[in-house]
Amino acid sequence: MLHTINHSPFRSTSLETSLRFILPGDPVLFMEDGVYAVTAGGKYKAAIEKLAQTNPVYALGPDLKARGIAAVVANVKEVDYDGFVELTEEHLVNSWL
Amino acid sequence: MAEETEEIVKKFMHVMRRAPHGSIYTYEGLEMILIMAAFEQDITVVFVDDGVYSLVKKQETDGIGIKGFANTYRALDGYDVEKLYVDKTSMEERGLTEDDFIVDVEVKTSEEIGKLMQEQDVIVPH
Repeated sequence: MLHTINHSPFRSTSLETSLRFILPGDPVLFMEDGVYAVTAGGKYKAAIEKLAQTNPVYALGPDLKARGIAAVVANVKEVDYDGFVELTEEHLVNSWL
Repeated sequence: MAEETEEIVKKFMHVMRRAPHGSIYTYEGLEMILIMAAFEQDITVVFVDDGVYSLVKKQETDGIGIKGFANTYRALDGYDVEKLYVDKTSMEERGLTEDDFIVDVEVKTSEEIGKLMQEQDVIVPH
């Protein structure tokens, strides 16, 4: 199951809540304002590092670039739109809107 | 054509995560659930975060000028929608108990609901 998170963790409970439900091994993709969660110096660094130990973690590159985010938490993989589409082809999608 | 349609039954999980009156999402979600139920789909509804507030008894909405829909949850049983699960953490964070809800629900841990999510064909967020 692919979990997608598209809201900033600073104004939405999506990240905090989804972390309770995500099972080990499930890929997690941060997109749109959701990418603010994976910034290297941000509040959620520890949470993302912990998640990345058990789950593949991705951030959508164009959304990072658009927001001027150059440094992301270690082990967060950048994907482009093609990569995003591949993930959705491989997994049932659970959007944490 | 009609025969083929009857045979397609998918497992849908509706995830209610918003409070009932601040947006149209929960009400629209409930309508979608009723429509899918009329087509005899295999439906699970989970209440997470502020979504648990939509189940609270005695919501009197006259004063805010809208028609309340909490009572509509009672109709789900008649459509054989019986798998209603509340996230324990969300409920407890809001100081609620099972007795506060307008319909019978089963309280489950986030992990239990997380596993149920894996068994679905489609997850519908509201």
